[in-house]
Amino acid sequence: MQSLSNRSKVVSDKPMTFMEKLYLPAILGGMWITFTHLFRKHNTLKYPEQTKAFAPVYRGMHVLKRDEQGRENCTACGLCAVACPAEAITMVANEREQGEEHLYREEKYAEIYEINMLRCIFCGLCEEACPKEAIFLTDRLVPTEYERADFIYGKDKLVESMDYRIDITDRQSTGKRTEK
Amino acid sequence: MSIEILVYILGGLTVGSALMVVLSKHPIRSVMYLILTFFLISANYIMLNAQFVAIVNMMVYAGAIMVLFLFVLMLLNLSKENEPKSSLLVKIASALAGGSLLLVLVAAIKDTVVLQVAEKVTDNASGLVQNLGHLLFTKYVLPFEVSSILFIAAIVGAVLLAKRESQIIE
Amino acid sequence: MLEKLILVGIIFTISLVIAMYATYFERKVAAWFQDRIGPDRAGPFGLLQPLADGVKMFLKEDFIPRNSDKWLFIMGPGIAMFTSLMTSTIIPWGPDIVTASGNIVLQVADFDIGILFILGVVSVGVYGIMIGGWASNNKFSLFGAIRASSQMISYELAMGISVITIVMMTGSLSLRDITEAQHGMNWNIFYQPLAFVIFFVCSLAELNRAPFDLAECESELIGGYHTEYGSMKLGFFLFAEYVGMFISSAVISILFFGGYNFPGMDSVEGNTLAVLGVVALFVKIFFFIFVIMWIRWTLPRFRFDQLMHLGWKRLIPLALINLLVTGLVIAFTSGWFN
Ligand code: SF4
Ligand code: SF4
Repeated sequence: MQSLSNRSKVVSDKPMTFMEKLYLPAILGGMWITFTHLFRKHNTLKYPEQTKAFAPVYRGMHVLKRDEQGRENCTACGLCAVACPAEAITMVANEREQGEEHLYREEKYAEIYEINMLRCIFCGLCEEACPKEAIFLTDRLVPTEYERADFIYGKDKLVESMDYRIDITDRQSTGKRTEK
Repeated sequence: MSIEILVYILGGLTVGSALMVVLSKHPIRSVMYLILTFFLISANYIMLNAQFVAIVNMMVYAGAIMVLFLFVLMLLNLSKENEPKSSLLVKIASALAGGSLLLVLVAAIKDTVVLQVAEKVTDNASGLVQNLGHLLFTKYVLPFEVSSILFIAAIVGAVLLAKRESQIIE
Repeated sequence: MLEKLILVGIIFTISLVIAMYATYFERKVAAWFQDRIGPDRAGPFGLLQPLADGVKMFLKEDFIPRNSDKWLFIMGPGIAMFTSLMTSTIIPWGPDIVTASGNIVLQVADFDIGILFILGVVSVGVYGIMIGGWASNNKFSLFGAIRASSQMISYELAMGISVITIVMMTGSLSLRDITEAQHGMNWNIFYQPLAFVIFFVCSLAELNRAPFDLAECESELIGGYHTEYGSMKLGFFLFAEYVGMFISSAVISILFFGGYNFPGMDSVEGNTLAVLGVVALFVKIFFFIFVIMWIRWTLPRFRFDQLMHLGWKRLIPLALINLLVTGLVIAFTSGWFN
């Protein structure tokens, strides 16, 4: 077969010549190669001090968004839980009372919203399923814990706070379903 | 005086560890005591200022031959449980053989005359490499060469054995 | 007597410190060869890393497997450490230091048997590995121990024969005499390059260093003879390897690269000569430590049959031929055939 990349090497098992059998030239050649690496630039990232930007498609820890007025977007429709292939999402819905309009955007809201981060496979299907632009996967990492129970994230960890909003504007799927 | 005490202590230790070779139940322990015995013998040589013999004893016996012993024992992994049971006949036979060896040795030692070798031993330089080499290649050159012929014969034999085995496999 | 004791103390400390920093240097060299930085967290440039490692080693659980032979298990690392420290006694570290009350000889003991002492102690060193490996009561450790012992015995032969050529040229077993015979730039490497290659390969094998580290061999034996070891007992095994590396670099420098001799040494004398001589020796030692590491991070591990093949069928015949040729040349030049 013809090589397309012209990089393939033809393998042969013809007997080694004397020079090859000596191995010394090959060994010295190898040592020369490693020696040149002494003077190369290292490509280490000193992690805690330097960090590498995640790719925009990176899918990390979820966030439940609020709108500009600080109201939770989620209406507890349960579409994300249905879409989730890992059965990671559970929720309990509740009706918005009088005087809670500044807390919840829709008339129904999620009283309890839990994602089990040990079950989640970070596929992003919940984000795709959500009709209310409420849930997004971010470039944050899920930290390690000692207990299994600690990996079940409730609303306290998922809903963003207004003082510290999570920027998702350059996430891959944002703006896909913006109103036309 | 202190040297003399040292000699006695060393001698006692040597005999003691040699006894432990025979007395200890576990074969590996026996070998360990044997190695210790070789070291103590080397120490005895050093006391006689025979450094060359001491180090060669250490290299050849402790460093190579005992390693092979240990090697074989480790591979067999003999322990008390799977020690091969020897029959009564074997026991009697070995007791007889050992006893007669003891008899011969005692008889031989009984008849030896203790020569006055003490002077020669205190001649400090006799164990040093230079003198030893000199003696080996002048006075004792014939026994030396004969023993090297023996060694060559052994090497050739070993090579032949190894060769034949590989031919059988092919 | 007192100065000898002080010298022993200094050499002991230097061996340990160099072994400590060899572990650091090893990691750094590995990192540089792989375009990384290496340890740089503990202290400036990571210089405190060996201390951190040592503290970690001490704080680990000191574990003895239940069905192991307890005493032998403890003895193993001890023997390994002891033998590798013992060899430093006969290394001549430099020319004499001149003081008002006489010369101080920078060598702990100049035995009559000289280099044979090193060979003897090294050949005993295998017991540490063998005993440790067997006493662990683990089949991988046993494999490691058996590999180590057969490898050591095989390579000791070629090593000894290549040393004999040097001894023949000098006419003395004493390392000091061998050093003195290489005055200035008259190094043995120019006369005995083949013996050097053989000796170097064999000392790599004796040290159980890559590419001959078949006794450890992470990929097949999970660490070989020290699989069951932890805590400072493991530390002793590893440490013994680095001390051995230091000592064998010293021996290589002395046998083939002139020890404390350096070109132009006739223009200085007295204590300057002594200091420069010690520096010259240590420069050579560090160079060889680096080369040994360099080889480790370049070459892949041998297969065991290749190792035996190299030892018995290549190195020993080569060393013998070299010995024969050297003998003939010496006989010719000293006019035995006239
Ligand atoms: S990312 Fe995938 S697995 Fe995780 S919660 Fe969303 S849908 Fe479920
Ligand atoms: S996050 Fe979105 S999909 Fe999930 S319940 Fe809330 S609104 Fe529905």
